[in-house]
Amino acid sequence: MNILTLVRQVPDAEARVKINAQQVDLEGATLVIDGMDEYGVEEALRLRESGAAVEQIIALAIGPKRNEDALRTALAMGVDRAIHVETEDRFDAVTLSRVVAQIAQTENVSLILVGGQEADWDSQALGAASAERLGWPQLTWTNELNIDGETLTGRHDVDDGNETFRATLPAVVTTQQGLNEPRYPTLPNIMKAKKKELRKDDPATYGLQARVRTVNAEIQTRARLNRMIDGKDPQAAAQQLLELLRSEAKVIA
Amino acid sequence: MILIVAEHTAGKLAKSTLEMVTAARDSGREGPITLLVLGQSVAGVATEAASVADQVLVADLPQLATYNAEVWAAATAQIAQEGEAHTVIIGGSRSGREYAPRVAVKLDAPYLEDATRLSSNGAALQAQRYTYLARVTETVEAEGPVIVVTVKPGSFAPAGAAGVAGDQYDVELTLPAPRVEVTGKSVEKSSRVALTEADVIVTGGRGVGSPENFSRFVEGLADNLGAGVGATRAVVDAGWRPYAEQVGQTGKTVQPKAYIALGVSGAVQHLSGMGKSKNIIAINKDAEAPIFKVADYGIVGDLNEIVPALIEASKR
Repeated sequence: MNILTLVRQVPDAEARVKINAQQVDLEGATLVIDGMDEYGVEEALRLRESGAAVEQIIALAIGPKRNEDALRTALAMGVDRAIHVETEDRFDAVTLSRVVAQIAQTENVSLILVGGQEADWDSQALGAASAERLGWPQLTWTNELNIDGETLTGRHDVDDGNETFRATLPAVVTTQQGLNEPRYPTLPNIMKAKKKELRKDDPATYGLQARVRTVNAEIQTRARLNRMIDGKDPQAAAQQLLELLRSEAKVIA
Repeated sequence: MILIVAEHTAGKLAKSTLEMVTAARDSGREGPITLLVLGQSVAGVATEAASVADQVLVADLPQLATYNAEVWAAATAQIAQEGEAHTVIIGGSRSGREYAPRVAVKLDAPYLEDATRLSSNGAALQAQRYTYLARVTETVEAEGPVIVVTVKPGSFAPAGAAGVAGDQYDVELTLPAPRVEVTGKSVEKSSRVALTEADVIVTGGRGVGSPENFSRFVEGLADNLGAGVGATRAVVDAGWRPYAEQVGQTGKTVQPKAYIALGVSGAVQHLSGMGKSKNIIAINKDAEAPIFKVADYGIVGDLNEIVPALIEASKR
């Protein structure tokens, strides 16, 4: 079995996001592998280590040249090889699922792992759209995963709680917190990763056409009152807060 | 027509469905507003739906007794095609955002995800949505014979009843067999109001100190205020509270009228889940905690003293 693990490069959670000419500008921002995608990379490695018949683990990134860093990190964590569809254009998740589906087919992949919600688009669509293009089932928000032959079992979150599931490969699994604790690449593995294959694909071969345009982007600066109440006298502070909630914010009776 | 897939639980129409009706009315898209009710034994839901929509399409089938992404996507896409819908609106719940992309692919439609506002600009449908862990508000647009949209819960006012109840029609569907087998389910029940529907939420972070303090302070205050109970990721990771209470990027997104954060430091991932609350109240002994930057009201002080005082005062 070959596993495809998707890697998106996003701003570090603590990085400040800038807007330039009404678009998000990532120049100078600290960029990292999306944390949710990292759970997917780790899970692929663990499935192999747990004895599942994993032939190859392939990491895929679609995006600007700097995405190589995210792929090198995935290679250093232990994936076997990487594919980079290098493009400066911004595509929506449903459009990008075309690339994912085509690569899954040409690379003979039977399991795709992708983060449940990417920290740049705040989108949950890539896994589901890829599954639909391939005609595969999907398991989203997965926090436990086992493979026995062709059978996937595990647990995932749903609207009102969580479910345990069983499905048969091929499938798409979206990953999240709780699934595992991603490993740090060791120095020897970082050195080894430099010799691993990082193939460049031409985006033109995938026939991409963005269907969603970004018209405008603004930093959220909702004005907050920032009214501080002195906490030295707890009773007085509690009274004052409740009074503000009643009379000014009008949120309690 | 504008096709909305109704969300409902326990035989009742969900508030999110009424919000989607408002989103449809606000969208500037023309044509009748049609609610699609998928489920089993949903006659009551369909009647409720008829009070807010121009027409209601009902698929009352045993295969629809429980939600499944592939089945819901197939049903929605089939009805959208047969009804020549130009706009398909689906709830921005976990399940809605799971099957909506499949509908978009089936219809070869552009997909506007998790919209907080909708408007028309010529032939284009424009949506506002939050990105970059909700630090940025983007306006995106798409055109096409049909567009699929999900609507973020809590972003639109619930629609009131229309003057005349819409007509109800039964629909026939060709559905695929579900390929994911659910082997067990754990429903996280709470006697308190659901986080995504609560007007007031009291959330505890690691600063609360212990699971016992969480019960005493967070639940104690929430019960006095009739509020929902939330928790930060750190608290859930530590095993103090169930995941169902987690607010943030990997948990729930909420926007109550008042969000009371006790001992919460305010990591970006947490802010992305609650930063759109109307009023944010923070109590923390660390004056440098980032949560104070987004707070409307803040108290720097000891929870052990302030929260009991707050619980006592809120009883009266």
